[in-house]
Amino acid sequence: MNLTLHIWRQKDRNDTGKMTIYKLEDVSPDMSFLEMLDVLNEKLEVEGEEPVAFDHDCREGICGTCSLMINGKAHGPRASTTTCQLHMREFKDGDEIFIEPWRAEAFPIVRDLVVDRSAFDKVIQAGGYISVNTGNAQDANCIPISKEQADIAMDAAACIGCGACVAQCKNSSAMLFVAAKVSQFANLPQGQAERYARAKNMVAVMDDQHFGSCTNQYECEAACPKDISADFIAQLNRDFMKAGLTK
Amino acid sequence: MKLDSKIPSGPIEKKWDQHKFDMKLVNPANKRKFKVIIVGSGLAGASAAATMAELGYDVHCFTFHDSPRRAHSIAAQGGINAAKNYQNDGDSIYRLFYDTVKGGDFRSREANVYRLAQVSVNIIDQCVAQGVPFARDYGGYLANRSFGGAQVSRTFYARGQTGQQLLLGAYSALSRQIGAGKVKMYNRTEMLDLVLVDGHARGIITRNLKTGKVESHAGDAVVLATGGYSNVFFLSTNAMGCNVTAAYRAYKKGAGFANPCYTQIHPTCIPVSGDHQSKLTLMSESLRNDGRIWVPKQQGDKRKPSEIPDAERDYYLERKYPSFGNLAPRDIASRSAKEACDEGRGVGETGLGVYLDFRDSIKRLGKDVIEQRYGNLFEMYERITDENPYQVPMRIFPAPHYTMGGLWVDYNLMSTIPGLHVLGEANFSDHGANRLGASALMQGLADGYFVIPYTIGHYFASHKIEKITEDHPAFKEAEAEVNQKINKLLNVKGSRTTDSFHKELGRVMWDNCGMARNKKGLEEALKKIPSIREEFWNNVKVLGENENYNVALEKAGRVADFLEFGEMMCLDALRREESCGGHFRTEHQTEEGEAKRNDKDFSHATVWEFQGVGKEPVEHREQLEFENVALAVRSYK
Repeated sequence: MNLTLHIWRQKDRNDTGKMTIYKLEDVSPDMSFLEMLDVLNEKLEVEGEEPVAFDHDCREGICGTCSLMINGKAHGPRASTTTCQLHMREFKDGDEIFIEPWRAEAFPIVRDLVVDRSAFDKVIQAGGYISVNTGNAQDANCIPISKEQADIAMDAAACIGCGACVAQCKNSSAMLFVAAKVSQFANLPQGQAERYARAKNMVAVMDDQHFGSCTNQYECEAACPKDISADFIAQLNRDFMKAGLTK
Repeated sequence: MKLDSKIPSGPIEKKWDQHKFDMKLVNPANKRKFKVIIVGSGLAGASAAATMAELGYDVHCFTFHDSPRRAHSIAAQGGINAAKNYQNDGDSIYRLFYDTVKGGDFRSREANVYRLAQVSVNIIDQCVAQGVPFARDYGGYLANRSFGGAQVSRTFYARGQTGQQLLLGAYSALSRQIGAGKVKMYNRTEMLDLVLVDGHARGIITRNLKTGKVESHAGDAVVLATGGYSNVFFLSTNAMGCNVTAAYRAYKKGAGFANPCYTQIHPTCIPVSGDHQSKLTLMSESLRNDGRIWVPKQQGDKRKPSEIPDAERDYYLERKYPSFGNLAPRDIASRSAKEACDEGRGVGETGLGVYLDFRDSIKRLGKDVIEQRYGNLFEMYERITDENPYQVPMRIFPAPHYTMGGLWVDYNLMSTIPGLHVLGEANFSDHGANRLGASALMQGLADGYFVIPYTIGHYFASHKIEKITEDHPAFKEAEAEVNQKINKLLNVKGSRTTDSFHKELGRVMWDNCGMARNKKGLEEALKKIPSIREEFWNNVKVLGENENYNVALEKAGRVADFLEFGEMMCLDALRREESCGGHFRTEHQTEEGEAKRNDKDFSHATVWEFQGVGKEPVEHREQLEFENVALAVRSYK
């Protein structure tokens, strides 16, 4: 198939950036979206134009490195799918595709489609852990956890930290990301000791990092490639409120 | 180069405990005076960084990723082994040790493997304490599954994303220390050289990938946890960024590189679909618990799989290895798939594929159970191939996955350069010539949580380490060299892209140093690689400048190292005149086509010492002693 690509090019953080049009021919439907960009880059390099910078690594949908706003949707048209797992069979001959970086104040652009998501790391550093040192932990089976409970914790823990929730949200809110980590531990006995302090501290840093507020639009849930449920946001809100009440 | 493995004396089950007692300690108040540089933030790097920071060391951790959570450990799917014997099926530390030595085809170091099996139980406890949501059964206790090369169920898992959950556990422990100011984290920072002062590893040179700034970092010890080198094949299951650069630069500075030819070709990957292919996707080995592998009995049988009756199918692993069946170890399963395809019985358009069929287990257990066990893997398969594995058998083919070879280390995980320690996939010690499934995660965390935190203290306490700073001339010199190399890459201004060279090298490596190797092919590769390298340095086209985020430049530097490294790999494969584990020399096989070891001449680790680019490295040997597991022909029949 033949495609017209509109790609955001921006040399560095200070550059204003603009959409640039590229024509690409003979795209195979079996290619992944990123392989399509590889082919474009190979072509650009041969022609003497610097390749389009985009973040990617595992290409198996688990590392959370790839991003891309494709036709206005984080990770593109297919639900529950990261950009690296999106294949060109989702598109058709003659399509125009608009490719942009994640846009959020908390995620400054590094170059072209690459953004800096270290704000997420800062949120985790504020409490996204259980404070246990390495050492002689008790036998793992001394902490029975019902399968149902373990499954809920796992549903929350599945977050890959890609930032699609922030990119899709009109407020650039990171509530789904924060809620997923808070809920993973809130649903496990090991996480109870720091449960409320964790919610409070992580939310404080989330605000510091210039993520916006949540106005319950659920765009995050729709964009999430790992189907993290917005129900976890309710859990975060409950724990956060309780943290304020109990001090 | 002297290879002293420093294996403690005494019976194998007492070695580690005794060694822990014998090692010197660093007083808690003095630990903060020692600065440890850790390169890599995967399971090994992150767990080591977190644990050493908890102990009080001044830890500086470097990753080329945008966040430590992105390291490729995250992509491990199936699970992590531990000798917990929760299933009461006869598992023990000794059995895990035995299985690992046997699985590695008797080419690993016994003492290291025993320690690995010992600490495996602590890993599970530690991870649960951190909140890793392992799978549970309905009683609330931990669940297990089976993996290849074992007849007990000892694999712990978190759906099909065990690596993710374990890495996020280590990342959270690391994040806690970063937040507390105990670890200084450097994201998007790539190590480009190792700096030695008076023969000791004293620091690294890095390039900030966002600004291009080349910087020195001095410390008291350097720990490399930089993963494997499967991307030398271009197509592998590794992430796009995985590379050999850090380990290779250490080798060039004098660290011995052991057994580079030991590469693992994973049997269950999605077959190649076309020239545009950028990487190969792994389907977890755990699928072999319930999937049956087969090809048509007839050559060139182009019928749909559903139209081929059972009598005309060859479930070749079940036929050839009845006691292990579909759970035969990876090297054997891969080679059998290759054989079937070489015989013209491969499936799919290219004929390079075999079926992994869930029909029978769906019939036996119901679709729901299969979905619960493997749902995310089935979805991933469908996304990539556009076929529904609940209805049509998966098509799979072997692909480069893991590298058992790596920098040589002693029992303390220290390389031949004093002060340079190597953890996880980057070292060579535990898996011999073939790694068993679910053992990589185990080793990464064992090294990081439970070995290096002890042994590094012993290094500090038993050496007099002078304080130095980045002003030392050794750093200035190394920085200048790195800058020179960057400029050289940018100034070739040729006509071919880096990827085109990487693909060319990958093809040579796969054809001649892949699943089956022979003298003729390896000698050919040894001729071809230097000429590809020469053309690279005369004709590569790297656009842009250093002082910016420049993916083309990053990639070119890594491929330049692969172009030197591949040569050492082929040389190692050529010199090892035997077949063992993942290293299969067609000249050395039994009548039934099984790997034929030569214990008399090759019961050693081959360790290479750098002599210069294009010059043959000097070969050293560490003789492997098998005092506990008797050398035997590995049988899975």
